[in-house]
Amino acid sequence: MTTINSENKATDKMKLRSTVTALGMLPVLVILALGFHFLSGRFLSVNNLSIVMQQASINTVLAAGMTFVILTGGIDLSVGSILAASAMVGVIVSLYPDIGMLGVPAAIGVGLLCGLANGVIIAFLKLPPFIVTLGSLTAMRGIARLLGGDTTVFNPDLPFDFIGNGSLFGIPWLAIIALVTIVISWFILKRTVLGTWIYAVGGNIEAARLTGIKVPLVLLFVYAMSGLLSGLGGAMSAARLYAANGLQLGQAYELDAIAAVILGGTSFVGGVGSIWGTLIGALIIAVLSNGLILVGVSDIWQYIIKGLVIIVAVGLDRYRLKGLSRT
Amino acid sequence: MTAQQQAVQAGAPVLEMRNISKTFGNIRALANVSLTVHAGEVHALMGENGAGKSTLMKVLSGAYKADPGGEVLIDGVPVVTGDPIKAKEHGIAVIYQELSLAPNLTVGQNMFLGTEPSRFGIIDRSATRKRADPILKRLGLHFDTDQIVATLSLGERQMVEIARAMTTNARIIVMDEPTTSLTTRETDRLFEVIAGLKSQGIAIIYISHRMEEIYQLADRVSVLRDSGYVGTLDRADLSASKLVSMMVGRDLSSFYKKEHRAPAGQPKAVLSVRGIGDDRRVHDCSFDAHAGEVLGIAGLVGSGRTELARLIFGADPKTTGSVVLDGRELTIGGPRDAMDAGIAYLTEDRKGLGLFLDMSISENINVAVIGKDAGSLGILDFASARKRADRAVSALSIRTGSTSINVGALSGGNQQKALIARLLETRPKVIILDEPTRGVDVGAKSEIYRIIDELAREGIAIVLISSDLPEIIGVADRALVMREGRIVGEVTSSPGAPIAQEAIMTMSTGAVGEARQEERAGP
Repeated sequence: MTTINSENKATDKMKLRSTVTALGMLPVLVILALGFHFLSGRFLSVNNLSIVMQQASINTVLAAGMTFVILTGGIDLSVGSILAASAMVGVIVSLYPDIGMLGVPAAIGVGLLCGLANGVIIAFLKLPPFIVTLGSLTAMRGIARLLGGDTTVFNPDLPFDFIGNGSLFGIPWLAIIALVTIVISWFILKRTVLGTWIYAVGGNIEAARLTGIKVPLVLLFVYAMSGLLSGLGGAMSAARLYAANGLQLGQAYELDAIAAVILGGTSFVGGVGSIWGTLIGALIIAVLSNGLILVGVSDIWQYIIKGLVIIVAVGLDRYRLKGLSRT
Repeated sequence: MTAQQQAVQAGAPVLEMRNISKTFGNIRALANVSLTVHAGEVHALMGENGAGKSTLMKVLSGAYKADPGGEVLIDGVPVVTGDPIKAKEHGIAVIYQELSLAPNLTVGQNMFLGTEPSRFGIIDRSATRKRADPILKRLGLHFDTDQIVATLSLGERQMVEIARAMTTNARIIVMDEPTTSLTTRETDRLFEVIAGLKSQGIAIIYISHRMEEIYQLADRVSVLRDSGYVGTLDRADLSASKLVSMMVGRDLSSFYKKEHRAPAGQPKAVLSVRGIGDDRRVHDCSFDAHAGEVLGIAGLVGSGRTELARLIFGADPKTTGSVVLDGRELTIGGPRDAMDAGIAYLTEDRKGLGLFLDMSISENINVAVIGKDAGSLGILDFASARKRADRAVSALSIRTGSTSINVGALSGGNQQKALIARLLETRPKVIILDEPTRGVDVGAKSEIYRIIDELAREGIAIVLISSDLPEIIGVADRALVMREGRIVGEVTSSPGAPIAQEAIMTMSTGAVGEARQEERAGP
């Protein structure tokens, strides 16, 4: 029975392919870590790894939100600006005596509101996500500056500073938050109806509509989620710095978040990708930044090398998948 | 006189493919297939989907390199395989099933894509025109070289595709199901064009699932099955049963299955459509569909059948009319409402509008009902999803090793069955099937007819939109005919007297002034 035989083989091939896809960039991450350790001699110390995790955490949270959006075939360019505005609100609220802890929910709430605004315009007015979030990137940056009167706001006694600088059993709180975000995102994407709908909308938006999926609600959700996580990122960043600056904070964060998602193997047209890939992508970016500093590469060259690594890594990934998918 | 010319004079075949094999990893897509094609003949290539026709044609067009041991000879001279540019130079042109035009460019630009007439890198517009116009004229096409392809109908785009092949002075033209999206008139024109090409000594390799076309066109027919060569029939030896048994490897005693009984007397209307229209493509359409009946909707491509179905299903907004289900008027704001009420719609565009190709078979089958299976928290119920998928796979005999592989890995027929399975999971009272057997091989076709028959016996009302007249006649109890967005007539069958094909043709083409129900003469 040749047909059954070849079908079995096709199944094996699919399995192999999905395993390779799931592994994705993990080998690159390991090679980079080993390489930097070899070059600097101190990359793989407990202390340094803790720093890397902290550095990766905020981008991981933003990239998790970005994964939701990109899986639907969209893009959210406004995450950095939303983060800045949320951080401003977080620090300002924290200055009120007694209710200072409310800075965290306030920051998250601001992020959620911004995300909902993006989502409503994209889902119900049907404007292109790139344009809408490009607009809010600019507008939210302005609002962030407005909030503090275009100055840096400080709170040396920030009530929620443990988030940014404390740790639990030796693991930084920032890293714990990032990891919990990833796990919750994984649960939503892979274990809930909503998650399946997100993949369906990204895979074939017209088919999704004809299947009875409420496409606008799915889109509203992903942009709201991205906004909410940007707000969380704002709280994390405020907690780490005891301060927020509407002009500088979060500049170009959207690019690192997008890079992490793409490095993680999520398709830019939507429908294909995994949140674990995003985690690995975010870690690769953090390892690169940290490792290049340890090795003593100048700031300028760091940019160039990071950019090239992203292009080469994704290029290799595409090449590898293409080789596998050939039938 | 060159060797080539001598070969031609000696009557050597223009194309000879000898012992072509092709393996991908461990999968053998072609095993020792040979094919001989003479100049000026239409050589039909038949076989179920996955039999190896496309792979063989890809070896010919240079997309694939044949395994060692295989040979391709043009005019008796061996040529290198696996080089698309060389293949083009040898005069091989392929018209692909999936249209490969750039819709944003003009007809002329598409025809000369990659071979633009230019001077110093600047495109020579008048030369484009001068070379394109005669070709379009020869094909009898009425559109302009400067027309944007996106504004053309699917059928017209196919014609542009053929026109493009003719720009390269092709001597062997491969046509892969060229009539799938053509209207009858365009098909006739295509056949005229093919006859013209034949008389110029051009060889045509014609791939099609439609028997009538094979009868009409083919000088010889070669059949492939399970990656291997089965045999070649001359025109004189052609018969449907012979071809089908060669293709399937078994006898298909009854191709169409119709064991359900059309409801007799005054049956109960499940679906009543009254005066529905969108003021654009559909006008004032009314009909009833009864429980346990298969209601065909015939008509030419572009007559508004799909648009009518989409209005009923709420995929597009209607401006007039109403939809009544089980005596209750529905307010349909979108597909979700129609599905909740009990109407299901199978799209004609399986890949573009139906399937999620990157998702698993199970997910594709379950996607419309996962919300109902899940609790209020919306957490997926994997156990019931697996149960549903397994049940559907065995009930509709979807051939796959596992329901967790991507649906995109299935053959066309099995993809279609998976999509039908998705609709059935919503437990519809009415199913609208839009071209359910398009691009599906013979074996899967007969299985889809069996499924339709079973659904009718279960008392579901089935609306079958089809451009394949024998299919409507073989499966439907009653058929509506649409022309220019209106229902122009109805034809019924009764025991012993099937639906009359001529009546449908006359009404759908508007051949007799006013549409009327044709009197059916017994054979």
